[in-house]
Amino acid sequence: MTRKQKRLSWISTLGAVLAVAVGLVLYAMSNKISFSLDPTELMAKELNPGERVRLFGLVKEGSVKRGEGLNVSFELTDTLNTVQVAFNNILPDLFREGQGIITEGVLDNTGLFLADSVLAKHDENYMPKEVAESLKKRGVWQEEQQ
Amino acid sequence: MIVEIGHYTLILALALTLVQAVVPIWGAIANDDRMMATASYTSPAVFLLLLFSFAALATAYVTSDFSVQNVWQNSHSKMPLIFKISGTWGNHEGSMMLWVLILGLFAALVAVFGKNLPPSLKANVLGVQGWILAAFLLFIVFTSNPFIRLDPVPFEGRDLNPILQDIGLAIHPPLLYLGYVGYSITFAFAVAALIDGRIDAAWARWVRPWALLAWIFLTAGISVGSYWAYYELGWGGWWFWDPVENSSFMPWLAGTALLHSALVMEKRSALKIWTVLLAILTFSLSLLGTFLVRSGVLTSVHVFASDPERGLYILFILVLFIGGSFALFAKRVGTLQTGGIFAPISREGALVFNNLILSTATATVLVGTLYPLVLEAITGNKISVGAPFFNLTFIPLMIPLFIAVPFGPLLAWKRGDVYAAAQRLFAVFGITLLIMVVAYVFLSEGPVMAPLGIGLAAWLMFGSLAELQLRSGFPKNSFKVAIRRLKGLPRTVWGTAIAHFGLGLTVLGVVGVTAYESENITILKPGETANIAGYTLRMEGMVSRNGPNFQENAAQISVMDGTRVADTLEPSKRIYTARNMPTSEAAIKTIWFSQLYVALGEVKEDGSAVLRIWWKPLITLIWIGSIFMVLGGAYSLSDRRLRVGAPKPSAKRARAANATN
Repeated sequence: MTRKQKRLSWISTLGAVLAVAVGLVLYAMSNKISFSLDPTELMAKELNPGERVRLFGLVKEGSVKRGEGLNVSFELTDTLNTVQVAFNNILPDLFREGQGIITEGVLDNTGLFLADSVLAKHDENYMPKEVAESLKKRGVWQEEQQ
Repeated sequence: MIVEIGHYTLILALALTLVQAVVPIWGAIANDDRMMATASYTSPAVFLLLLFSFAALATAYVTSDFSVQNVWQNSHSKMPLIFKISGTWGNHEGSMMLWVLILGLFAALVAVFGKNLPPSLKANVLGVQGWILAAFLLFIVFTSNPFIRLDPVPFEGRDLNPILQDIGLAIHPPLLYLGYVGYSITFAFAVAALIDGRIDAAWARWVRPWALLAWIFLTAGISVGSYWAYYELGWGGWWFWDPVENSSFMPWLAGTALLHSALVMEKRSALKIWTVLLAILTFSLSLLGTFLVRSGVLTSVHVFASDPERGLYILFILVLFIGGSFALFAKRVGTLQTGGIFAPISREGALVFNNLILSTATATVLVGTLYPLVLEAITGNKISVGAPFFNLTFIPLMIPLFIAVPFGPLLAWKRGDVYAAAQRLFAVFGITLLIMVVAYVFLSEGPVMAPLGIGLAAWLMFGSLAELQLRSGFPKNSFKVAIRRLKGLPRTVWGTAIAHFGLGLTVLGVVGVTAYESENITILKPGETANIAGYTLRMEGMVSRNGPNFQENAAQISVMDGTRVADTLEPSKRIYTARNMPTSEAAIKTIWFSQLYVALGEVKEDGSAVLRIWWKPLITLIWIGSIFMVLGGAYSLSDRRLRVGAPKPSAKRARAANATN
């Protein structure tokens, strides 16, 4: 191979790898990432049917209802707005009323949020960053919540 | 008293690192041997001071001295001794102490083992280490001092976060930091060489053992962390593509690339600029990871304590070191000699391909990790980038790399013959194809792509063995000759084969568990049974018991072999009394390379319990594979030619090494 051919083959390999990587990243950015919203933002947002989002907020006091089997429903609130959440799996240990949590799932057309995962932090006095910021934004943040 | 002495030695260490940061580099500029030589004494001294300081803190933990605020916040007198010790670094302040202790350790190792380094290079390397040490010691002393006393002295501590009360905390952070921080050495070498303005093949020879050492520890650290999260968090996942995981994975990817490019630099005296850049990048990613984890800018399942103000300081360190080293790089890059262009089909060509893919993959992980932060800062929109993003971008990039792995060692330096290599891999290809067909026929329930994944794993495993088989000359040579030849092979060849084989095992484990995992979430009353993957599990009942600092409620579950009870699993829920915090403890039964994984959910009043049962086929191979990688790395490191402090090769020996390798 001449020097020119070597250079050309390296440049084309580099170009091919980068093109594939950029293409994959752009495709994944438009399809595989989801919004993180609090209940107020969720209500304001125009979501495509079946679009996955993260929903975060406080579990409203007195709203947790256990159903048949693993079914559980609760309300998630940012104190201004509240969304009904349904979940059919094991809740994390630190899930409790009044606790800040993050859920992931889809909003159905009746306004019920069907969650397939629920995250609570591994620290009893820790508030997920999103929840804390959302409460601050809504003007209902109390320092002792941290 | 010992706490005050620990505090004092910490400040003393800081003062001494300031000396180390200035005097040796000054000496190198002024060409003053005595000034340069100071580093060889100051850096072991700094390490000893830090060791004493760390030991003082650990003593406070072991003796449950709650007059120390840090101990009071993170320990409890009833904790078992092992958790009291590991609790030392189970919090922000203590983990930063471990960070600088290991930083000091590596600097001391360079001072002790680097006897045959050129004096100016050694002085500069230790000087740069001095800068890093000084920055982090300032950080500890002014923002994260673990030696603050409390008055009045509390009677009992607030306990360590129960999730961290596990043997994993004793192993994972030290290993991870040894890897993470180990890359400070290659960084220091790179910056020192840029200051010196001289980079040659000998430089790569000195750097390679350190890069390999850091890589071994980082591999082990990530792997242990993965297994810990797998059994402790109770979700049955071994990798979440969580930002904190990515923070350790990015330096690993870049460090793996560095390992391979340093090889090219040493053997062919080429890729100099790239290798130096990679050394800087790898440690920059380590610093970035420290910032992301310690500052709390991320939402992660693994972040335990964070403080935004401290994050700002680490951001400052980050900008200072990354900015400074890149500025120096930009200034000096023009003066470095570049090598020629390689033939694409050659050993070095294969290694460059490895670097190309690994650095591109690092970049995609970086984009996915930072994109949410950047987007939020610019538009205020919050998004989450999770596993789907990384699976889609990372995995397709790895496939061509994995296909290329067996070719690399079979190609000759300078000008390889891809047809000859392909011919040699013909048998491996046949075996791979056969395994794929068998997998396709017998494993019908999994996804269609799974047999291809199994094939890829087989290709990696048998391909790495092919190198050994070819070198032994078996079956052309007699068995005896082949064994003798295998024994005579350089350890680096064995190390490469073992590590690449381990990679294949890990891939097999990932494919196995991803494609063939099954899950059963069920509610069982005592006496009821559940089935999964051919196993029958019978709920026997609940038991309550007390641990040293917790109360436990465990389900007793019999794993049935026909009518015989083969084993009893006890998944449980614990309440740690000091914090009144609940945790779940999963129960795991390993069957060959697969695992039965049972997590306990809610227990209802009638004695029935929610159980989440997984069958995780081949999952242990993920970690067994990484053990192979670590062993391969360690065996390579033990090669005389690579040993830390190996003398500078004469031209003749360098040529001989080229010929045999």
